[in-house]
Amino acid sequence: MDLSQLTISEASQLLRRREIRARELTQSVLARIETSDPLLHTYLTVCAEEALAQAAAAEQHLQTPETASPLCGVPIAIKDVILTKGVRSTAGSRMLADFVPPYDATVIQRLKDAGAIIIGKVNCDEFAMGSSTENSAFFPSRNPWDLTRVPGGSSGGSATAVAADQSLASLGTDTGGSIRLPAAFCGVTGLKPTYGRVSRYGVVAYASSLDQVGPVTKDVRDCALLLQTIAGHDPKDSTSVNLPVPDYQATLTHGVQGLRVGVPKEYFVEGMQPEVEEAVRTGIAALTALGVAPVSISLPHTEYAVAAYYIIATAEASSNLARYDGVRYGHRAAQSDGLVAMYEQTRAEGFGSEVKRRILLGTYVLSAGYYDAYYLKAQKVRTLIRQDFLQAFQECDVIATPVAPTTAFAIGERTTDPLTMYLSDIFTIAVNLAGLPGLSVPCGFDHQGLPIGLQLIGKPFDEATLLRTAYSYEHCTTWHKRKPTL
Amino acid sequence: MAQVTKEDVLRVARLARLTLDEQDAEAMTAHFTKVLAYIEKLTVLPTDDIEPATHAVTVAAPLRADCVTNAPDPALLQTALAKDDTFFKVPKIIE
Amino acid sequence: MEYEAVIGLEVHAQLLTESKIFCGCSTKFGAPPNHHTCPVCLGMPGVLPVLNQRVVEFALRAAVATQCRVASHSRWARKNYFYPDLPKGYQISMYELPIAQHGHIDITVGEQQKRIGLTRIHMEEDAGKSIHDPQSETSLVDLNRAGVPLLEIVSEPDLRSPEEAGAYLRSLRAILQYVEVCNGNMEEGSLRCDANVSIRPRGSSPFGTKVEIKNMNSFRAVEKAIHFEIQRQRAALKSGEHIVQETRLWDADREVTRSMRSKEHAHDYRYFPDPDLLPLVIADEWIDRITATLPELPPARRDRLVRDYGLPVYDAEVLTARKDVAEYYEAAVRAYPAAPKAISNWVMDSVLRLLKDEKLDTALTITAWPCPPEHLGALVRLIQEGSISGTIAKNVFAEMCASGKTPATIIAEQGLSQVSDEGALTGLIVQVLAAHPEKVAEYRAGRDKLMGFFVGQVMKASEGKANPQLLNALLKQHLTPE
Repeated sequence: MDLSQLTISEASQLLRRREIRARELTQSVLARIETSDPLLHTYLTVCAEEALAQAAAAEQHLQTPETASPLCGVPIAIKDVILTKGVRSTAGSRMLADFVPPYDATVIQRLKDAGAIIIGKVNCDEFAMGSSTENSAFFPSRNPWDLTRVPGGSSGGSATAVAADQSLASLGTDTGGSIRLPAAFCGVTGLKPTYGRVSRYGVVAYASSLDQVGPVTKDVRDCALLLQTIAGHDPKDSTSVNLPVPDYQATLTHGVQGLRVGVPKEYFVEGMQPEVEEAVRTGIAALTALGVAPVSISLPHTEYAVAAYYIIATAEASSNLARYDGVRYGHRAAQSDGLVAMYEQTRAEGFGSEVKRRILLGTYVLSAGYYDAYYLKAQKVRTLIRQDFLQAFQECDVIATPVAPTTAFAIGERTTDPLTMYLSDIFTIAVNLAGLPGLSVPCGFDHQGLPIGLQLIGKPFDEATLLRTAYSYEHCTTWHKRKPTL
Repeated sequence: MAQVTKEDVLRVARLARLTLDEQDAEAMTAHFTKVLAYIEKLTVLPTDDIEPATHAVTVAAPLRADCVTNAPDPALLQTALAKDDTFFKVPKIIE
Repeated sequence: MEYEAVIGLEVHAQLLTESKIFCGCSTKFGAPPNHHTCPVCLGMPGVLPVLNQRVVEFALRAAVATQCRVASHSRWARKNYFYPDLPKGYQISMYELPIAQHGHIDITVGEQQKRIGLTRIHMEEDAGKSIHDPQSETSLVDLNRAGVPLLEIVSEPDLRSPEEAGAYLRSLRAILQYVEVCNGNMEEGSLRCDANVSIRPRGSSPFGTKVEIKNMNSFRAVEKAIHFEIQRQRAALKSGEHIVQETRLWDADREVTRSMRSKEHAHDYRYFPDPDLLPLVIADEWIDRITATLPELPPARRDRLVRDYGLPVYDAEVLTARKDVAEYYEAAVRAYPAAPKAISNWVMDSVLRLLKDEKLDTALTITAWPCPPEHLGALVRLIQEGSISGTIAKNVFAEMCASGKTPATIIAEQGLSQVSDEGALTGLIVQVLAAHPEKVAEYRAGRDKLMGFFVGQVMKASEGKANPQLLNALLKQHLTPE
């Protein structure tokens, strides 16, 4: 059996029953990476040595399986914006091409405490800015279902790794859809938790009020397991919320009786790929068949979400990326005539085009005379969007929508017009603005064999209901079991 | 809303400490114009009585006790490309 | 045309917390460069700020002590600009919603009392330090100071003269020391001051163009710089020039304000609320608790000293400028309550001078006094009761400081008691007069000035111990012919 094909839950059982060893599981994944990555270009850094050492340590823990966490001995891939101590972390950028952080992100510490194996750092759009992973300074990753197409972004590598069994699961980040979109494009499960559910400490910041770390997994149970490990208050992150983390696994199989699913009319628009709409509606119908009552709802300010996002996110990013000046770490321009020149050259050389575009736009919308018209306005619209959702949640428990208007597009297809690329996020962005949890599960394939995702949106800190609903849906389908042939 | 010119873009680039060559500046101006035109749609929404949503979380700020919890760590200075003893070194600041 | 000056002061006070405002690094001064740093205050990728509770406590103390209205909700803002000593490329500060507003400080200049408005108080993080070597092509950056908490205190433009500015600064410093939030040491940089100066025709109400003055490193420098700037602006307007709105640096060597050479002054800080920090909520209970535990503040203490001890206002101002000095003074008076003015003189002239000379007054609290206050009280008692003369007392004081012994012990050991024994003094007088018959004759012939000579001679013969009043009386007796 090719151990790399296991889910976390399956592997965990086998490990704890001593039917397989942590070392062989890690080796199996490493072997899979070796054969498949020349095609997929998922990995920026493979941590073979460290992973095997971690596997050996995990083996020790597994001697007393009752005390071992479900993640003990399980290889996880990490999006390269999440810092790993002693292991190069680039954020997909030339600016940090050789940056080796002296500390771990909190989520990494939690994985390590659980005995998980950090198998490697995977590719992403530079500084998490993008929807296709084509903005990576290094190379674009490929969609395992069709190597000429994008895997989605910005957590493209996180999704390809899972879809192609190059790791058992991965961590990504989501600011405007960056976990859910690649999960949908690659036929895997991805969750963006409620803002504040998971610590952002040690995660390279893009848009501080929108970023969240989340799991990308082969199925919903794995998603619950991984979320369980990384969620929870972190005193190092003032925006992380001090609320207890429920036992997501325990309620997974409780079914969906009595739940109501809201279907917002604004999310089924002209210009959507017809097969995508069909697959999503079929998914919603399946939920209905399981006992979930469908409710028609309206989220009237949906069409303003992308505009509001691109003001708020770029404004915050322009400030967050000011620290990349070559002084204390990262790239520094070789020869400079004075300090200002050093800053300008360092940043011109270190940042790619999309990052520059967003920094400049963000700087512009915050600059004197424009703050009220843009930034303040966008934050008010954000309140309206949030109110839309909170109002809707009075009539339903989860909201179901498509993840994207299309399936995976071709590499290079949308790079000439950034605005077109921005519109890939229209169904996911509002969820970040409202700070709500959102999950993408596979719900079909188009006629070209490209995956389609169903998005479920939940109430604040109600990941348990989301996961339970997704689990019930997944249980009566087999989309998630299909694997790409490479 | 304002029309964006290349001068605006260059001014903003200065603020953000990013150099742009002629070509980039032109492309950026075109991009800005497009994006700002798209963003224009927000102006139709009446928002005078709406509070800006600066934080998703509505709890009060967490506070930490006033204790020294960090010890000096030489590893932190390893990432700098230019140092003088334990100072960070930068090109001269021309006032 | 008569012009009046309009001055506002912006003060930054370093707070006396153990750790920095947003991370657990030490704030202790004097460590090797970049010794007290961590990923957070170095602005490394992915780091986040966590607010130090004591910073808020200290801000509230300062706010309550200056009668400010404390905001129940205040907000952190990012002030964005690039400089090597600002690791994140932005400073976390407060902008639209500061923690406190609309307070005031009462100052005294000469006989006049005046109320100076306080526009706002807020907290922010300090930047690091850059060292520029004029010889080399590089600058060096030390981030030990980056993240040290500061209070920014902005006055209304209510000040009208350099003296008022000095008085305001001194009053503010005293308050900050009394509530134990800041050392108030300008020379060390724990208190910094920028001034905004403009002038306008007397009687007119619109403000003139204001000029910001920076780089003043002492109270005297602030007064001098403001004085210079007022004259400069006056001269400029008189010769038909316009005042340029700009920032000027005080040049302490040449005692002038100089225009900064850098071209780009349009600082666009692009303030926006910091998304990494939640709004600060201050409950009324917290403010009540602070109000209840505030010490007696300088103005109240000064008034009490004037009232209870009959001191002149000047003395009371000097003695209450520092809480520990005021406590020292009152402890000395408790030891000998009969002569508060005399004790005041001793504290001001001798004790404070010593402290200043030996630089024992730079910390928030003086720990090494020249002598215990009770000993000082005892010394003054001995003088007042006639046991020693004023001259001898100075020596006794010096010995007290050197040895730590009580004045009584020193006097006993060295036999310094004032000679008030008529017999003994008479003996010395007779000796002196016998030694200088010509002078005696001259005196008796009318040269009254010679009394000083005789007094000096007897005093010398008595090793300074003669009781001056008695000596004068006896000398007169002996010199006046029967």
